[in-house]
Amino acid sequence: MCGRGGDWKMEMKGRIIMKGKAENLALVTSQPISFYGGVDPLSGQIIEKDHELKGKSVKDKILVFPTGKGSTVGSYTLYRMKKNGTSPAGIINKECETVIAVGAIISDIPCVDFIDISKIKSGDKVQINNEKVIVMNSRKGE
Amino acid sequence: MYLTREEESMLRGDKGFSVKKSMEILVALGNIYGADKLIEVGSVQVSGVSYHNLGDAGLAFLEELAKDGRVRVLTTLNPAGMDLENWKNLGISEDFAKKQRLVIKAFEKMGIIVSCTCTPYLIGNLPRYGEHIAWSESSAVTFANSVIGAKTNREGGPSALAAAFVGKTPYYGLHLDENRIPDINIIVNAKLKNLSDFGALGYVIGKKAENKIPYITGIKEVDLDRLKSFSASVVTFGSKPIYYIQNITPGSEKYRIPKDNIIIEQSDIKEAYSHINDTVSEIELVCIGCPHCSIKEIAEIARLLENKKICPNTEFWVASSRSTKQLSDIRGYTKIIEKAGGKFACDTCMAVAPLKGRFKSVATTSAKGCYYSRHNKMLTKMGSIKQCVDAGVTGKWK
Repeated sequence: MCGRGGDWKMEMKGRIIMKGKAENLALVTSQPISFYGGVDPLSGQIIEKDHELKGKSVKDKILVFPTGKGSTVGSYTLYRMKKNGTSPAGIINKECETVIAVGAIISDIPCVDFIDISKIKSGDKVQINNEKVIVMNSRKGE
Repeated sequence: MYLTREEESMLRGDKGFSVKKSMEILVALGNIYGADKLIEVGSVQVSGVSYHNLGDAGLAFLEELAKDGRVRVLTTLNPAGMDLENWKNLGISEDFAKKQRLVIKAFEKMGIIVSCTCTPYLIGNLPRYGEHIAWSESSAVTFANSVIGAKTNREGGPSALAAAFVGKTPYYGLHLDENRIPDINIIVNAKLKNLSDFGALGYVIGKKAENKIPYITGIKEVDLDRLKSFSASVVTFGSKPIYYIQNITPGSEKYRIPKDNIIIEQSDIKEAYSHINDTVSEIELVCIGCPHCSIKEIAEIARLLENKKICPNTEFWVASSRSTKQLSDIRGYTKIIEKAGGKFACDTCMAVAPLKGRFKSVATTSAKGCYYSRHNKMLTKMGSIKQCVDAGVTGKWK
């Protein structure tokens, strides 16, 4: 493990839910996400009342959250976002469940779980490569 | 998870796009929930049919799957967002109807029977005791596990479709006998007199039993319609999709009565009604049939409506499957109900039709129906079939 000062790189291994590669800045929450009703598929913004990411956009991000919740229609919402160009580029979960897994598979969004998500902070540059997650921090002043 | 050579070939894409996607879904779910293999299923029930819930994205996905996806086992369909024939009479817009028809067309192309009902077990998709199936639609899942004794997890629309295209489902959860053991004794000390009382009981047990499997004692007699209503309610309000009723449902003789218990008194049932019911007297919509009405329920509605007239300010809907309505046509019930001003809403229901903004209040026999009507911003009243018919005739809840 590296500390969080200066430039550093950390690699973690999880379980593939949907294979593939993706890389971008992370958007991280410790709260579960419901795509049906909780995310606006047109803008990619999180709209769930009282969610700590409310108002933030998941578009093109590596979205990091513990698990999914809510209606199974959420799988179709994720698919709709992919078609609209508002979906996350990749998904990292602590423990994936049916709605997110099915959504990621039908939308071709790389998805990996069994990752210690407490080690990733919003703004970290994150790469998903099948079961591998590489976290890179190049933010100045940290 | 172990895959046979044939399954591996499906996963590689040798059997086309839809089978490949389906295998990806089944394998991912199997891995998440610790399945060691796939098992064959006898039938599938697919939910996620209403355009109201699917939107254009869901429609696009289904159209993509329909290109080469064909079901391998008996597969029936959940209610759509409208009556596929009589939609105009029920106030559905031209635009909605157009999109809904495209959804149905995609399912038809896949080889699915367009039954459009949440009660597949009433219209020919009736599994046997112990049979593995892959059903979505929580009320039907609960009925199948509990009243029939078939084995299914609570699937979502896409995972049910995946099972239909492959003919298999991952072997985990309620497919395993070890996960079907009841672990809470629910002692019913209350008198349950009509259909909606069983909806109220489902509300109480759903809330109290949390994530446990109820073993219900104290119920001496209950008919299929009440079990249908109870199955819908108990799962809507939080229970696992399986229960046992002593000496009534299959498997109840196999298990010991669990040590932990919860006692349900008359006051709990009364309290459930007070949570489900809003303060409202003018009723704009009466809807009976959540889950879809059986022919026996339709017969009772017809008997109560004979020579009566529905209040001109109130819509009165009987939600059922098209095939059950055909029996009603033959017997003359349909004529009686329509003569009184009632309407049939086949292929659809109050939970999935686009009703938001159309009615301020609804009366129904169904606790689940009330739950979804609140999502549609309606004030709700739950009562017996007789109370609902009276509300239709007078336009008021008494």
